[in-house]
This record gives sequence, C-alpha cells and structure tokens, in this order.
Amino acid sequence: MSAETMSCAKALNAAMRVALTSDPATFLAGEDIAVYGGAFGVTEGLLADFGAERVRDTPISEDAIVGMAVGAAITGMRPLIEMQFADFVVNAMDPLVNQAAKLHFMYGGNVTVPLVLRLPGGGGTGAAQQHSQSLEAWFAHVPGLKVVAPSTPQDAHDLLLAAVNDPDPVVFVEHKLLYREEGPVTVRAALADVDGGLPGTAVRREGADLTIVAYSLTARKAEEAAEALAEDGIDATVLDLRSLRPLDLGPVIDAVTRTGRLLVAHEAPGPVGIGAEVVAGVVGSRAFDHLLSPPVRVTGGGTPMPYAPALERANIPQVEDIVAAARRLMAEDD
Amino acid sequence: MARLDPKTPAGARDALRTMWTIRRFEEALEDLYSRGMLHGTNHLSIGQEAVAVGACGALEDGDLITSTHRGHGHSIAHGGDPMRMMAELLGRTDGYCRGRGGSMHIADVASGNLGANGIVAGSMTIAVGAALSMRMQGTDAVVVCFFGDGAANEGSFHEALNMAGVWDLPVLFLCENNQYGMSMAQDASTAGGSVAARGAAYGIEGVEVDGNDLDAVFTAVQAEVARIRAGGGPGLVEAITYRYRGHSKSDRNLYRTLDEIEEWRTERDPVDRFEAAAVDSGRLTVDEVDEVREEARAAIRDAVGRAVRSPEPDVSDLVDAAYAQVPEHGR
Repeated sequence: MSAETMSCAKALNAAMRVALTSDPATFLAGEDIAVYGGAFGVTEGLLADFGAERVRDTPISEDAIVGMAVGAAITGMRPLIEMQFADFVVNAMDPLVNQAAKLHFMYGGNVTVPLVLRLPGGGGTGAAQQHSQSLEAWFAHVPGLKVVAPSTPQDAHDLLLAAVNDPDPVVFVEHKLLYREEGPVTVRAALADVDGGLPGTAVRREGADLTIVAYSLTARKAEEAAEALAEDGIDATVLDLRSLRPLDLGPVIDAVTRTGRLLVAHEAPGPVGIGAEVVAGVVGSRAFDHLLSPPVRVTGGGTPMPYAPALERANIPQVEDIVAAARRLMAEDD
Repeated sequence: MARLDPKTPAGARDALRTMWTIRRFEEALEDLYSRGMLHGTNHLSIGQEAVAVGACGALEDGDLITSTHRGHGHSIAHGGDPMRMMAELLGRTDGYCRGRGGSMHIADVASGNLGANGIVAGSMTIAVGAALSMRMQGTDAVVVCFFGDGAANEGSFHEALNMAGVWDLPVLFLCENNQYGMSMAQDASTAGGSVAARGAAYGIEGVEVDGNDLDAVFTAVQAEVARIRAGGGPGLVEAITYRYRGHSKSDRNLYRTLDEIEEWRTERDPVDRFEAAAVDSGRLTVDEVDEVREEARAAIRDAVGRAVRSPEPDVSDLVDAAYAQVPEHGR
C-alpha cells in the first residue's frame, strides 16, 4: 500500500481501526472516547464502525479503567485504553504498577497482560500543571512495563499496532502537540503486518560531529536543531529512541563512538530521567574512550508546568535550547 | 449445576473435607513457619473457612474467582492443589508461581483462580474486567470477587461497583467481613456500618449472610450467582465471619480481647457448626465426620511431604522473567 499524508492523530486512529478489524479480542475504553471521539479526537469515528461494546465510554474512574483492562487482558482480551490526559494515570497507579506490571512474573509466567495504555502528555498547550506532564520515566522504572514514545505519524501507527500485538503491558506515550503533525503513513492491512516486536532506536539523521538523542516531540525538535546546526557547519546525528523500556542503546553507543559527543534532550524533568539512563549507558560502554567532551542533557521540568506562555516555553526544551547546547558542546576543547 | 451441594450427603462430605483441608493447610504452614522453614509473612483465614467453601461450592465449571492476601482458603475451595500451594509458600519450583509469588499471590488462572492479591481491593477492578471479558467472549461465566471489610473503604471498591453497575456485569462482590482490618475494627472504619448496604448506591441489592454457616453462605451465593448468570447484573454479598489468628505474623492482638476470640472459637466455629448441622440433619454420621477429618489430615501431611521435596528455583529463572516477550534490542 502506498503512503499517504496524515497527522499523528489520524495515524493512531487508523492503527486502532486495523486492530479492531483484525482481532476480535481488541477493544477500546476510556473517558469520552466513543461519542465525543476522545478529548483530542484520536478515536473519532470508531464508535460508528465498531459499536459501543468495543469502543467503550467509561465512567471517570481511572483506577477502575486500568484495573478493568488488567482483568480483561488476563482473561483473553486485548484492551487498548486511553487516559484522557497522561496526568490522570496517577489515579491508576495501583492497577498499572502493582497489577499490570507484576502479574506475569508474580503468577509464575502463567498469565500475560496484553494491554496498551495511551497517555497523551506533554506541555505547550497552556493547560498548566495538572494537564502537561511527561511522566514516562516513572513507568520506565518499573520492571514488567514497556514504554514507547513515537515521534512521527508512521511510528505512531506502527508502534501502536506493535504494542497491541505485544503480550506485555505497554505504556504508549503520546505528545499532544504531535497530534496535528503530518507525515507520510503507510497504513498496515492487518495487525500481523507488524509482528517483529517493539522496535528500538531509529536514526533520523547521520552526521559526524555530535550525537543528539531524543524521543517523542523533542525528537522532532532535535531534527530541526540539526538543520540549524548544519547551517553553521555542525553536522549532527539525530537518534529517536522510540522505546524507553527496553532502551535500545546499541545505536547510541555506535553513534557516540563515531562522533565523540553526546547531547540528550527530553521534555520530562532531568533528575533520574531517561537522559540520565542514556548518559550512564554510554559512559559505561566502549564509547567512553571516544568521548571528546562530557555528555550534556537538555531537559524540561525545572518546576511544575507554568501557565503564562513565556514561563511555559521556558520550562520546555525548545529548538534553540538544543542548538545552543550543541554549540557549547562543540566549542569545548577536544 | 453447582460443583458441590452441601445439602446432599456427598456434597456435605466434600464441603466438610474442604473446610478441614483449609484449616489443616494453614495449621501446617504455621508449624513450618514456627520451625523456620517458611519465610516472609502470611495471613491465615482460620475461622473463615465456610465463606470460601460455601461460595466456591456454589460456582460452576468455567466460573472465575479473584482472591485476596488472605486467600489460601479461596484457592483450596476453588480446587487448588495443596501441594503446589505449599510448594509456593516454601518458594519452590513446583509452586503455583514457581516460587516467585509466595503466600499473597497464589493464582491458577487456567482453572479460573485469577489470583490472590497483596493490595487491599486490588482485585476488585480486575474482577470487573474479567466479567466484561467473559461477557464479550459470549460465555455465561460469573466472576466471584472476594474482598475484605477493609477493602470497602478503598476507592477501588466504589469504582468497581459503579462500573459493574453501569455495565451490568456478571460479577458477585463477596465481602468476607472478619470485622477487622489489620487492627481497626470495622465499626470504627466504615461509615454507615454495613458493606452490604453500600450496594444500594450502585443499584445493587446487597445481601448479608452469616459467614460461619456454610449452608447459609452456599444458599445465598447460589441464588445470587443464578440471578447474575441469568443477566440480572452484579451482586454484593457480605458474609459476617471472624479470624482467629492475628492479621499476620507481627500481630500481638492489641485491638481485641482473648475472650472475644475464644467466644467465636467455642460458640460459632464454622467447622464445628457444619459438622453438627450435617449430623443433626442426617447428611453425615459421626463416623463419617471422623473419616473426613482424617482424610484432610492425611492429604495435608502428604502435600507437605511432597512440597518440602520440591526443588529450589535457580536464579537463572529470573532472566527476562518480568516480560512475556523481550525484543531483540532489549536483551
């Protein structure tokens, strides 16, 4: 099938359509996903085609939504759940962390928990502290959970199908500002077309001078930053992690071995974050001997997300922040 | 048809044997614990056996249960193998969870025991999902969700009952009210006093039953399960019972009197009461009661003997064990 141009939201919608069509065990559930089409319109039109039993509006009960999904998943179904905002998952931490993540191991490998939990997160929408968070590092910290964060419409489509196929619980991190971003998408014909498991790190750009590692919306910003840097004659490799647990560090180590410089950028807060894990993995690898300067992180979240536009912007890594950090990195003595 | 009908002689015999099996199992694990052969902690249901046996007896093949941290009785009553349970408590490879879960996490999903759970009310929303799953798959199975009186004050209880109510799901919430959380008396923790009465808020008619009367538990659960199976929507049964032992191994019984415990043991013990009722009603003879006791004792002796010989797990068992599938790049 040839590629067509569509937004991330449409690519996710198309993936759900593929899942619902090709596997009768799949169903969608979440707050206002059916009649309303989801707070961000991602599930628009699915109720009409698949009915209220499989496209299921829920009470505002995040704990019950995720717990229900766990119960359905261990008894033969494949629930695909939307948290209306990533922030609301805090109300569902028990079923996610104590149940979904644990049951496969805890019950001796005798059950699987094939559920997908979509988390629309991130800032930049003026929604302030309780509707703007990037909580992915919390989940990457939990054995038993997988965490993915696509940045392109094609990856949004393919990763969602791979997550539905996956026998383990997958936390699917979506940045709200990506929903309207467009790109070429080849819509898959069936779930079975993405049967290779969750993919790892993607190379977005190859360059010899430094390696920029990012994911989700920040990976798009990293690509823009790399274009700006190219105008200054700085040639960056850009890597998009896509999977945060497991973390695919092989391509990062390869790239840093070549470029000698590492910059990790993400919107989530820096301390104990994904960037720290990437840096630790690189300095603990063969790439260490090739480092020309200390790795740097460009992260957000110094405070809870502010409301005023200028303050909000300052709390989120922007393209120019990545460019500036890259220039400083290049300016350090070899 | 229910798995066992205690109103018949054969069913009464099975029910009594199962109650004794639960009690002997837990006494055996207390013994192993006191001899230093079991580590961790455990929560005993001695004194509560009639709830598990009466409720599980009223189920049919294909029905599911979810259990609690005090779940040995549910597991045995649902058909669990005491050898594999004891092997789990001993942390051995023949345990239901290969020694990974221990006392609070025994599950046998293949036979419909969706598992004990260490989080109070943790299994209540899971039961809701299992009930939805059973309905979406076109079965007429019913899910029985055991929970304690303490769980009724968790948000999950309310979210689970509400969701089951609005979706009309085939789930029976079965409160084992043993009258205490860890130490807090139910009347001090629970506004309104009654768990069964809370059902009304969710369109569910709660039923209260004497949880130490096996015949009464069976009758109440059988009626509710039949109503639910016929599409009548979720149910809520509150079985009033009592635990003789402490909450767990650290309990010094500071919150209740020895007289109170002794009164329940001597006057309301569920096993004594069922034996007397079965003999009085002609379902069992005194000799048959003695035989059943000996059968249970022998079965547990045999189970423990085999469990202690089960191999210890190897640490290599942990490799990639948190996941069912590890992608190539995650190895």
